[in-house]
Amino acid sequence: MSADLVRPYVITNGRGLPDNDQFNLITLVTTSDQPRPSQLDPEKRSVLDLCSGGLLSVAEIAGHMKLPIGIVKVLLSDLSSDGYLVVRAPVPPAQLVDVSLLQEVLNGLQARFG
Amino acid sequence: MGSKLDSADGVYLDDAVQIAAKILVVGHFAVGKTTFIGTMSEIPPLRTEERMTQAGAHIDDLKGVRGKSTTTVAMDFGRITLSNKLVLYLFGTPGQERFVQVWEDMTRGALGALILVDPERLKESFPVIDLVEQYGLPYAISVNHFDETPVRPESELREALDLLPETPVISCDARDQKSSADALIALVRYLQTRTDRSTT
Repeated sequence: MSADLVRPYVITNGRGLPDNDQFNLITLVTTSDQPRPSQLDPEKRSVLDLCSGGLLSVAEIAGHMKLPIGIVKVLLSDLSSDGYLVVRAPVPPAQLVDVSLLQEVLNGLQARFG
Repeated sequence: MGSKLDSADGVYLDDAVQIAAKILVVGHFAVGKTTFIGTMSEIPPLRTEERMTQAGAHIDDLKGVRGKSTTTVAMDFGRITLSNKLVLYLFGTPGQERFVQVWEDMTRGALGALILVDPERLKESFPVIDLVEQYGLPYAISVNHFDETPVRPESELREALDLLPETPVISCDARDQKSSADALIALVRYLQTRTDRSTT
């Protein structure tokens, strides 16, 4: 069934969005080595299929799957707590004023486009 | 939908990438956000949707249970790998007040914002600038330069937009990669000066 034909709350079994901040738009995700179960929701299987190719941000997963961000977070949250995903958390806000991060961003932009 | 994509197309990030940073590209409707992101992104720009509830927008019945309506906000975004361990995401965010819920998500953890401004439609930028300031996000102004646009003196623009003296104002053609990169570089340089100040 196409994602367009399924109400998002059906996909998440009627659950709302997770309260935790484990996943935001730029959290990086890929699959772990853990073997998949034989039974898995089609949407979760699709997430694992997509993520098995390499590292992607939550926003990219939502974009490729054409699902709302909130729904993707629920799917990722489930898959992660069951051990199927490796999550690289984004930089916590406290570190964002980090001088070295800004310098790295600047160096990268100048090296690529300067 | 989500099947494994061809990694030869550069869809996936390098395995070594450890850090993701985010810069917002904001501005009013049709100011050039999507063009800017498309010019800079190493992947074809993607679009995501966030569904949101507008509580109390209008109460339809006396019990109040129908007083919520949902709306969908689309965001375009792109990606630039900056080093073997660092990736930068650019998110194009609509600047309307009613998308506050999305703004909370977008601004959290963002390094700063580039506000695209059309010099012929300055007034339309006021709500966007208000929002960025409200969320305490440092920003630079990128004056989108179109072929036929007469050049407006920077002092006039600063006055109209009520900018702080230190806020960078950059002229930019969103269709041109060098020009767009220069605007981002000016923003990051400005963010660096702010870090210097807060640590001394």
